[in-house]
Amino acid sequence: MEYQDKQRYTRREFLRNLSLTTVAGMSIPLLSSCSKEEAEDFLQKHFHEMTREEKKVVIAKLEERYSRKYGKKFEISTKEAIPNTLWGYGLELSRCIGCRRCVYACVRENNNSRYKPQLHWIRVLRLKRGTLINLDDSEHYYDPPQVPEKGFLYLPVQCQHCEDPPCVKVCPVHATWKEPDGLVVVDYNWCIGCRYCIAACPYKGRVFNWAEPNIPPEEVNPSVHYLGNRPRMKCAVDKCTFCIQRVRNGRYPACVEACPTGTRKFGNLLDPDSEIRYIIDRKRAFRLKEDLNTEPKFYYFFET
Amino acid sequence: MRAFYAAVTCLFLLFFFASSAMPVVEEYMPPPMTEGMFPCSNCHATMEVNRKKRVLKEEHTDIKLHHAETMRWCLDCHDAKNRDKLRLYNGDLIDFTESYRLCGECHGNVYKDWKAGLHGKRVGYFAGPGKRTYYLCANCHNPHDPKFKPLKPEPPPYRPEENHDGISR
Repeated sequence: MEYQDKQRYTRREFLRNLSLTTVAGMSIPLLSSCSKEEAEDFLQKHFHEMTREEKKVVIAKLEERYSRKYGKKFEISTKEAIPNTLWGYGLELSRCIGCRRCVYACVRENNNSRYKPQLHWIRVLRLKRGTLINLDDSEHYYDPPQVPEKGFLYLPVQCQHCEDPPCVKVCPVHATWKEPDGLVVVDYNWCIGCRYCIAACPYKGRVFNWAEPNIPPEEVNPSVHYLGNRPRMKCAVDKCTFCIQRVRNGRYPACVEACPTGTRKFGNLLDPDSEIRYIIDRKRAFRLKEDLNTEPKFYYFFET
Repeated sequence: MRAFYAAVTCLFLLFFFASSAMPVVEEYMPPPMTEGMFPCSNCHATMEVNRKKRVLKEEHTDIKLHHAETMRWCLDCHDAKNRDKLRLYNGDLIDFTESYRLCGECHGNVYKDWKAGLHGKRVGYFAGPGKRTYYLCANCHNPHDPKFKPLKPEPPPYRPEENHDGISR
């Protein structure tokens, strides 16, 4: 017994160290075969583990790379959550006319891929009036000459920023997490593209960059946040961030500003005087799929 | 050293209070006016007041009143003597920039929600020192015909088969 205690390695430790050494040894030729840029990206740390200085280096590198690619001067923010904020969203269902202005305003603001793949963070569902709870019968490819159509109701769905997000639970590498102000964000560099989160989300809130994103350089938005609308890369999952780059500076999300009927509302759930609290206190509000206990911070409501 | 710390603290406090005392800029969108029409008194000052309900043939032919038109006519909202102003029930005259007060006289519930930021639309900043911009009732609803007009929707998303590399667009 005593002899065993003095042993330097247990068998388990020995095997672990051996396999780690093997992996490290095998990755040297792998890393040396790719460019310096790719190797740097590969060895980049998780956003939470980077020190302030390391973040600065990464930001400078990305700013330089984006500016080179899109011909515009980029500013990448890493602004942290404001204390005492919990962002919440309100959407008035009787006023939405299904015009999809929000969808395309979102695409432009957030540097989404325009085509092949076309990635939309907002999906406007069309439902027959009276079948609101039956989302299976919804249609999001509707294309009439004019909206609203008689007898239909429109229900835009995007990331609901759940308080208990299933997508975060399933991520095997912690590439997605909930920020202190309630925003669920993705570290695109840390994402391995396994798409477990897409499968776990009950709201279809996440999309996948199946190919290198297509963004026309003249339309690119150079004012970005590291965890938000910076241009993504192939094999990264992305989703609505409530326009993190705007709301952390006190500005309304792009979809709120684009809506021609004023259907979309936004505010701080912890501020009793905010618009969103007025809605929750006084209007008939509900959240999608409340039975799943995901506790979304996206409130659908009826004004009257 | 102590004096330095005191100075820094004072400076910090000064900035702190100055920033909290700074007024937040709240601004309304400019009311939608037909170009070249305002001020109305340019023409109306010299014209005789005609309160009769009639079809307007020479001017304002674009205005078709569909807003409780059976019980309303121009001078219920526009002031007869000063056409550059709107007129409340109690006879007070208000500017076009304040038209929401006139709307609120009938649509009290909506007015209440609008003031709270619920009905209607706000853009720009909602927190911090940035400028708040509020839409007036008339920025979205034509006061003479307030019902929303249908719109052409933006194109639907590509179907999965169209989103693949195989099909060119």
